[in-house]
Amino acid sequence: MLEGLLIGLQTALSIQNLLMVIGGCLIGTFIGMLPGLGPMSIIAIMIPVAISMGDPSAALILLAGVYYGAIFGGSTSSILLNAPGVAGTVASSFDGFPMARQGKAGKALTIAAIASFAGGTIGAVLLMVFAPMLSSVALLFHSAEYFALMVVGLSAIAAFAGTGQVAKALLMTILGLIMATVGEGALFNMPRFTMGLMDLQSGFGFITLAMAMFALPEALFLVLKPRDTQESDGDIKDLRITRAEAKAIAPVIGRQSIQGFFIGVLPGAGATIASFLGYAVERNIASKEEQAEFGKGSIKGLAAPETANNAACTGSFVPLLTLGIPGSGTTAILLGALIALNVTPGPRLMIDEPQIFWAVIMSMFIGNLVLLVLNLPLIPYIAKVLSIPRNFLIPFILFFTLMGAYIGQNNATELLLLVGFGIFATILRFADYPLAPLLIGFILGGMLENNFARSMQLYDGVSFIWERPMTLGLLVIAAILIILPSYRSRRARIRASGIADGD
Amino acid sequence: MALDRWIGLVLLGVCLVYGYAAWFTMDDMLAPFMQRNPIWPSTFPKVLSLLGIAASLVIVLGLEKGEAKIGDIDYRKLWEYNLGQALLLLGLMVLYALLLRPAGFILSTSGFLILGSVILGERRFILTVIIAAIATGVVWYLVQVVLGIFLRPLPVFMGI
Repeated sequence: MLEGLLIGLQTALSIQNLLMVIGGCLIGTFIGMLPGLGPMSIIAIMIPVAISMGDPSAALILLAGVYYGAIFGGSTSSILLNAPGVAGTVASSFDGFPMARQGKAGKALTIAAIASFAGGTIGAVLLMVFAPMLSSVALLFHSAEYFALMVVGLSAIAAFAGTGQVAKALLMTILGLIMATVGEGALFNMPRFTMGLMDLQSGFGFITLAMAMFALPEALFLVLKPRDTQESDGDIKDLRITRAEAKAIAPVIGRQSIQGFFIGVLPGAGATIASFLGYAVERNIASKEEQAEFGKGSIKGLAAPETANNAACTGSFVPLLTLGIPGSGTTAILLGALIALNVTPGPRLMIDEPQIFWAVIMSMFIGNLVLLVLNLPLIPYIAKVLSIPRNFLIPFILFFTLMGAYIGQNNATELLLLVGFGIFATILRFADYPLAPLLIGFILGGMLENNFARSMQLYDGVSFIWERPMTLGLLVIAAILIILPSYRSRRARIRASGIADGD
Repeated sequence: MALDRWIGLVLLGVCLVYGYAAWFTMDDMLAPFMQRNPIWPSTFPKVLSLLGIAASLVIVLGLEKGEAKIGDIDYRKLWEYNLGQALLLLGLMVLYALLLRPAGFILSTSGFLILGSVILGERRFILTVIIAAIATGVVWYLVQVVLGIFLRPLPVFMGI
């Protein structure tokens, strides 16, 4: 591990990569602060830049920096304006905004920055410990297990992301898989489902789809319903916290880093669930008088979600880097970018290209430090971005989605596809269909089919399902994940209706 | 019928068409030696079409009851929001897609940025034009020179 750390330091400390971290964090903070633009849209917009750099470690370092910056920027806008830019920072506004109202905006931002720093750093340490362990287990996997593992991942995402409506999330996942089969597959060189259109021969562009699923609907929502942001009065000053406050939040940070990390590792859970759960847990275990403070500007209530969401972001890199299976929309986009750069994340990554793996971990430490040392003092100035008038902002967001889709493929048809899918995605969002499963299904689709085909050929049929116990076990887990939530909600409904009919 | 079930119905149709293509139209094109393979190009799509039909039927028939939630925007009152602006911007994006190649990057991009601001209600025209011009120039420089991706700057009839 020491050797790996040194390799990582060597790569991450080059001038170019240091600039990438700093630039990524700044860009992420800038854009993440704008209400309505989450990390997924920002990373989707940044991907063409990252891909055209050509160096996979630099690209991944840049994108990871953008990811951290976006989460940090999102918490800034939720503290200052009560307008979270990112779903994962909604819980930060519960206590952060009341603090800003009381004139303690500077203190709230410092606590948020320290909590994010600690969460991210402890998360990166845990990642360093757990990822190599997991990937040495993953090396034993056969293509049949990979197939089963991806099915488990997809069904876990459907089960968690579906907010109680598993069928919708499942349908979205299947739709993503269906869209992945359009075009020429790697295993059989014949075009499928292209309807004779040359433009579909190479399949749908992944950047186009990512933009259409996330950036475009968010921009359209901003047009449809201008957010009424409440101005917090006064400047941001007094960034210091006292020793007593530091002592109070230290145990919260410790607990939430670990809890957030493990929630982040689970596929489909991610930063949003981690932050809400972290907030709820800390409120429940706090003492009576502290509990009364939650929601009115408690420092513990701010530190908990901030720590948890950053630790979860780090945790979500574990399945990506060790198994090559993304657990969240953001890591799915990162996976697509890596594949475009000719790097296949998975258990072999640590053996074949250790410099990428370790450089990413090192850059996580550096990125967290940059956020704390560089961004925090700059926050009063960066916050000026919040006053960009919406009349200029929205055309630019739309323009960047168009540009991203265009320079990825250099094809104007791609732009029409972008608009079409964007409208479709917006309608899906109206009806409360989750969109992340679609993109994850789309990105995993090719790999899923390839592994399935390989095991079919090795076993000359589907017998691998019952001949390999690990495959069977994983598939059973996948089935349970799908059936259990709907079964439980059905039972709860039957019981509830029974009570209602009882009188 | 609520919107989510209508969408389920549309997706059911998509899955049916996809399933038809996978089950009935793909296998004839297969070369004889490939037919001895345990897996065909149509195998995976066949499975997917069945799963998709099952999932969309669950939604259309309303087998899984969830409480109807209203998100950020209530689609039943869509006209109460800035629907016109949104539609105009979408139209503008389509126009941009169609004009990007023939009209060149500089003309179409600055036009897009100016018209986009105007649609959203901006009336300080000089400021708008200046911002659009600067942004177009910077983005063109970044894409063409820094990233090295060719973007035709001028309209077709003016050379490259």
